[in-house]
Amino acid sequence: MSDTILEAPATGDQPVVFDNPVDEVTAALKERFTEFVADDTRPGYGGLVVSADKIVEVAEALRDDLGFNYLSSVTGVDLIEEDKMEVVYHAYSIDKGGDAMVLKVQVDRDNPVVPSLTPTYPGADFQEREAWDLLGIRFEGHPDLRRILTWDGFHGHPLRKDWKEPFFEEEAKPFGSRWPAGEVFRAEEKNVYGKNVQYPEGWAPSGAEYEAETDSYAGITYSRESTPGLKTEKVTVNMGPQHPSTHGVFRMALTLDGETIVGLKPVMGYLHRNHEKIGERNTFIQNIPYTDRLDYISSMSNNLGYVLGVEKLMEAEVPERAEWIRILMAELTRISNHLWALGFLLNDMGALQTPMIYYYIERELILDLFEATAGSRMMCNYMRFGGVAYDLPDQVRDQPVMDFLHDLVYDRLPRVLHQGDELVTGNEIVRARGIGYGYLSAEDAIAFSAAGPLLRASGVPYDVRRANPYSYYEHLDFDVAVRYNGDIYDRYLIRIDEMQQSLRILEQVLPHLKATEGASIIGSKPQYALRMPNAGEAYGRVENPKGELGYYMTAKRRSANPERYHVRAPSFINLTALEKMCMGHKVADVVAILGSIDIVLGEVDR
Amino acid sequence: MTTTPNGNGATSEIEVPDELANSVVITSIAKLLDPIYNWSRRNSLWPLGFGLACCAIEMICTAASRFDISRFGMEVFRASPRQADLMIVSGTVTKKMAPIIVRLYNQMAEPRYVLSMGACASGGGPFKEGYNVVDGIDKFLPVDVYVPGCPPTPQALVNGLIAMQEKIDQQSIATAPWYRKSDPGADLLPVPLLGPDLVDVRQLDLIRKEAAAANERIEAEAAAVEASA
Repeated sequence: MSDTILEAPATGDQPVVFDNPVDEVTAALKERFTEFVADDTRPGYGGLVVSADKIVEVAEALRDDLGFNYLSSVTGVDLIEEDKMEVVYHAYSIDKGGDAMVLKVQVDRDNPVVPSLTPTYPGADFQEREAWDLLGIRFEGHPDLRRILTWDGFHGHPLRKDWKEPFFEEEAKPFGSRWPAGEVFRAEEKNVYGKNVQYPEGWAPSGAEYEAETDSYAGITYSRESTPGLKTEKVTVNMGPQHPSTHGVFRMALTLDGETIVGLKPVMGYLHRNHEKIGERNTFIQNIPYTDRLDYISSMSNNLGYVLGVEKLMEAEVPERAEWIRILMAELTRISNHLWALGFLLNDMGALQTPMIYYYIERELILDLFEATAGSRMMCNYMRFGGVAYDLPDQVRDQPVMDFLHDLVYDRLPRVLHQGDELVTGNEIVRARGIGYGYLSAEDAIAFSAAGPLLRASGVPYDVRRANPYSYYEHLDFDVAVRYNGDIYDRYLIRIDEMQQSLRILEQVLPHLKATEGASIIGSKPQYALRMPNAGEAYGRVENPKGELGYYMTAKRRSANPERYHVRAPSFINLTALEKMCMGHKVADVVAILGSIDIVLGEVDR
Repeated sequence: MTTTPNGNGATSEIEVPDELANSVVITSIAKLLDPIYNWSRRNSLWPLGFGLACCAIEMICTAASRFDISRFGMEVFRASPRQADLMIVSGTVTKKMAPIIVRLYNQMAEPRYVLSMGACASGGGPFKEGYNVVDGIDKFLPVDVYVPGCPPTPQALVNGLIAMQEKIDQQSIATAPWYRKSDPGADLLPVPLLGPDLVDVRQLDLIRKEAAAANERIEAEAAAVEASA
């Protein structure tokens, strides 16, 4: 490995399994806010129901006094039967690890108003905007409560249970038209416009139609006040959604003073594919291929998070071999994602395409293994509730699979990491453009709910695999990679560190794979027409290559579909910190800073 | 050698003596130039560097080391639509993005081609039922080649690009739409608008008609309520 800027303390001696601090904190909150908090008594549910006007105080107590300083997820739930709207918060303790402290606020469904937590936890910013956009929950005190995934002027709040999309067929799948012996029809034939559109009843275009641009610049000031001593004006520049360096259809509206950034508003939703609305109509198993398309570079890990969540709900057992295969796939996904991310980061920093092309040779090897195992290079659709779909193939690239894996783990991957390290890490341009740019302090990273490499490059050794272990990670020997400078260069280095740690994990996994050859790969019989045995909620989370990926879902007893299905997307929430990181830098650095966050738009917009 | 201004039809009038039949080719300017134009176009098809979703990843893989799209003269991904010949619609077209894609297409200089990559761009794919998804880019743009798959493998994309080359081989400057002497601005496609939902301006009349019918129905219902009260 390359020379490091700071000597990192060894993280291996951290306690591997934490005591669960949630019970303690629950008791403390109950004692302090006796009248305002109550247990969530619905069967299968947990956490505390807090009265709406006390949520800010409870959150502040949680953050300042009780150590739960990391608000991971904020989402809304439409409880249409009880005529209520619920906001669900998941908070974690960075120091102690363990499970989430779950808080809930229930308000009137017709006029849902909840005090905003954005002043307390800045990381709630985009998530509250999303809940306003999709569910119509108004967050009082939010600095900039605009629609985020749809556009201003969109009709209705689509995730409400009584909102129906233009191609609506039935409330839940499987649709009668397709199963068991129905006739498939084309939805556009039933739509009067022949397209996937609908308008509010009686709406006619006035002629002064809405222009897509105007909304994006709202909240950005265009100022004619000049810099002292210079005749300059601030100017607002649009970047994206069609821009070669925004990694997809991401858009930023930048306010510039000369070339210096004085304001940045991310604009997203250009790839909003209604994952959650479709997911709530789908049966449980139908959602697995959709999770592939969230963070489409690391589909295996997405699968894993989702099946972990559902397994929590249905209490499934996973056989040993399936667990080892899952870890193998998750770690190979991490490597393939980081190879991709580094290729693009270097591309953004000026090493146009060359490192990328070098890295992708080895990435193709990993994709070949995925294709041989799951049938698809990218959209693997591989994990199942209680196991995996298929065993490892006999051969990959005309080589027995264990030999192939051995070559990959001991030869090809270490070689490409070493080669990349040698060529790039010490490079003058990479250092000049990386060191000191896009700084994010540890406090800010926690406050903005940053996750994954972004959080750890700022010196916070928080990794779900260690803090709240799932699968067999607690039995594996690896270190949580952490860097302390919080700039682009550290975010580059930490990805190399993480790949080294993944290789270390893979080296431990291979003997187990060999030993369990031929063993069962799925717990009971495969659950195709799964009906949830018990009602309840579950939050499954994994350490995805981009950060903590969480699935929040609720289900009724004997239901075949999730009642509420929400994805805590790391790329989306990591973007909250983008403005903070870019302020004061030049416009050309934005590209590199964005590259160092490593976003995937499928996950940002869902 | 004889050439005729009208191309194919008139050539048969010219009689070629038998002894010259092997040495004389009777052709037209268009027939002579078409292969040259088409040869140069098919082998330097510059795609617009424009990724929408998952398919873009496979598009990049096609351009990268293993599949190496530069074998076909297509490795020059252009960031500006003004310099691009081919738009690869690589991924789900959302309603929020649709106006921008149409605008990009309008900005491309002719000759321009559209390749719809993957299930989403071709017909909505797995996300078709979503409220923010356009069920196929061909609702707004003329598509030349569809590539199936979710996402299509690089091999499939290369196959689609070869199909595009074959299509270009069939072109003739005599019939290519961009050599018509009409106003070039007239060929710009109408950019959809974002209202309460995506508004296709070609359907404005239909939308107004539906709205009028709905209003009538609402009034009739209100009148009925009033009458009963």
